[in-house]
Amino acid sequence: MPSSSIRASIFNAESQKIMAENTEIRNWYLNLYKDFENRLNGEKSRPVHKLRKAAIEKFAEIDFPNLHQEDWRFTDVSPILGHTFAYASKNAAGTISAGQLSPFLFEGMKSHRIVFVNGFYSRELSKKLPLPKGAEIGSLAEAMKEDDEPISELIARRLDPGTDAFTALNTAFTLDGAYINLRDGTALEDPVHFIFISTGDEKSIAQPRNLIVAGKNSQVRFIEHYIALQQGIYFTNSVTEIEAGANASVDGLKIQSENSESYHVSTTSAFVGNDANYESHAVSNGAKIYRQNINVTLGGEGGNTSLEGLYLTAGEQLSDTHSMIDHAAPNCTSGEHYKGILDDKSRAVFNGKILVRQGAQKTNSYQENRNILLSNEAKVDTKPQLEIFADDVKCSHGATVGQLSRESMFYLRSRGIGEEHAKLILIYAFASDVLRSIKQDKVREELEHVLSTRFLKGI
Amino acid sequence: MLEIRNLHASVEEKEILKGISLKVNAGEVHAIMGPNGSGKSTLANVLAGRPEYRVTVGEAKFEGKDLLAMLPEVRAREGVFLAFQYPVELPGVNNTTFLRTALNEARKYKNQPEISAGAFLSMLKKKMQVVEMPDTLLSRAVNEGFSGGEKKRNEILQMAVLEPKLAILDETDSGLDIDALRIVANGVNKLRAKDNAIIVVTHYQRLLNYIVPDFVHVLYNGRIVKSGDKELALELEDKGYDWVKDETVTAQ
Repeated sequence: MPSSSIRASIFNAESQKIMAENTEIRNWYLNLYKDFENRLNGEKSRPVHKLRKAAIEKFAEIDFPNLHQEDWRFTDVSPILGHTFAYASKNAAGTISAGQLSPFLFEGMKSHRIVFVNGFYSRELSKKLPLPKGAEIGSLAEAMKEDDEPISELIARRLDPGTDAFTALNTAFTLDGAYINLRDGTALEDPVHFIFISTGDEKSIAQPRNLIVAGKNSQVRFIEHYIALQQGIYFTNSVTEIEAGANASVDGLKIQSENSESYHVSTTSAFVGNDANYESHAVSNGAKIYRQNINVTLGGEGGNTSLEGLYLTAGEQLSDTHSMIDHAAPNCTSGEHYKGILDDKSRAVFNGKILVRQGAQKTNSYQENRNILLSNEAKVDTKPQLEIFADDVKCSHGATVGQLSRESMFYLRSRGIGEEHAKLILIYAFASDVLRSIKQDKVREELEHVLSTRFLKGI
Repeated sequence: MLEIRNLHASVEEKEILKGISLKVNAGEVHAIMGPNGSGKSTLANVLAGRPEYRVTVGEAKFEGKDLLAMLPEVRAREGVFLAFQYPVELPGVNNTTFLRTALNEARKYKNQPEISAGAFLSMLKKKMQVVEMPDTLLSRAVNEGFSGGEKKRNEILQMAVLEPKLAILDETDSGLDIDALRIVANGVNKLRAKDNAIIVVTHYQRLLNYIVPDFVHVLYNGRIVKSGDKELALELEDKGYDWVKDETVTAQ
């Protein structure tokens, strides 16, 4: 037998095995859904339940992503599928003390605090400041208790639950998550700090469904902050939908600081209206496998978006960012700037797609991905992906993968600065422009501190 | 202060220095001259400890200690300073913070207390006058977007702050216009003192009109082929390096 057909038959056997395993895990989640649905009781008659049912049907039809799919070819999710995750008890919030929470509060930051524990809202741990008229913030589940019809229309409004199996799964289990709803002209001055705490319970899953709706001329800043109180294998599968109405300003910061054994898959889907501005900042240093999808549609003329990100990986972590900026209207601008610092045997993936639709004239877009490898065994796969169907546009992109400059290292050392300290200075300098884009001073200072302690080993 | 004996050094297996011996005492200024490729910059970098350069034979003692056994940062803390021929740009690293960090590293090494931000700033203002440096360059990133002259002035500012015992100026004059050259040279002259020494590495004699050396050495093909006083520099200016090359060939 020629070697190529041997390979083909091995390949077939392997993919069949994957399919067989995936059937089992899919059945696991389908059964989990049945349990979930049974416990919903009266809530099954609510409008949002139609969405859940449609999503679980979709989930039953589609397979989990695999390495043969272009969008997933560097990220093997099979370790996530190797676990049978289930929901943790709703009562864990009561076991968390103020002292356990305080390290994550960015001391001195004035903000609304909304806390979720293992995916469930905790009124006790949350603290809202006085709100202006026209602003609703808090938990999606709480908001839907009152009047869920208008809210359920906003969920999955532009994000197809069948995009991939993880999105379908999250949508099927839609129950709770971050919620902001600003009427037209409402400005929320203080940022909203959503904290998603995992108690690290073995094999638990949390699927926050976050909804941020900013009406015309409104303004909001929010932080999605994912943390764990201890080690333990768990899975966060989140979806965040953002709608920025005409001339609205939305600034979202996501900090992914899960424990190093956990898995985190997230999809952020944002729609930017006429003359609106959406700024996304993302800093991640946690999770064993991290996949973030960020999809921004510039759907109204004159809109702007900027995506700033920093990923730090070490050990055997994998961090994968897939972004897609869809220029669907003319005169919009977008800028994307992602940086990675990789150590040990860790890996990172960056895929930045920019789509400029026909008619999206005068688009101005740039994208940059820069990476520093601190070890010979770390690896980055970076790919810009431009699809341009308009003729009067400005688009630029660039990607680099390198090591700390030997020249710079020697320059610092020749001034008496030790090798480890010199490394840290250069890493810090590399990351500084992304961190500087974060507007909340207390958050930025804390993240700078995280950065310095992370790389200060050996001093 | 510095005693080099039969120093051989290679870069990527190619021998550049082929037996250098040189003695520098406190209070002296030595000029090292020579044509391109003679090994001048290699000597400067070997003394500062650039990792790409490998010493194969010979020794260098700094105040009686084995200089070559020290890490680059330790040499700096002991009082060796290299002014770079091509100062490195460090985007994102603030110039003032960088200078204070460097100074505090040396102070820690000598068991001295760290200098406070306030005390450092007032000291820095004084040092800046030495090189006629505008305040604006302090809030910028190290050398980023600096002109050629500003970069060289920044090197001399670092020297003024760190107060090294032995300063090695590697082609500090290259690429400078006459005004920048005067400013840099004046800065160096103000830092000349009885208890420190300076090695000026240069291709051209013109810097030596401003920084007058006590000794001039001519480096050719990895060896010092001629030593003399400042008159030697003038003679070189007059006759060119071919004169030394020819003499060397004849001697061999």
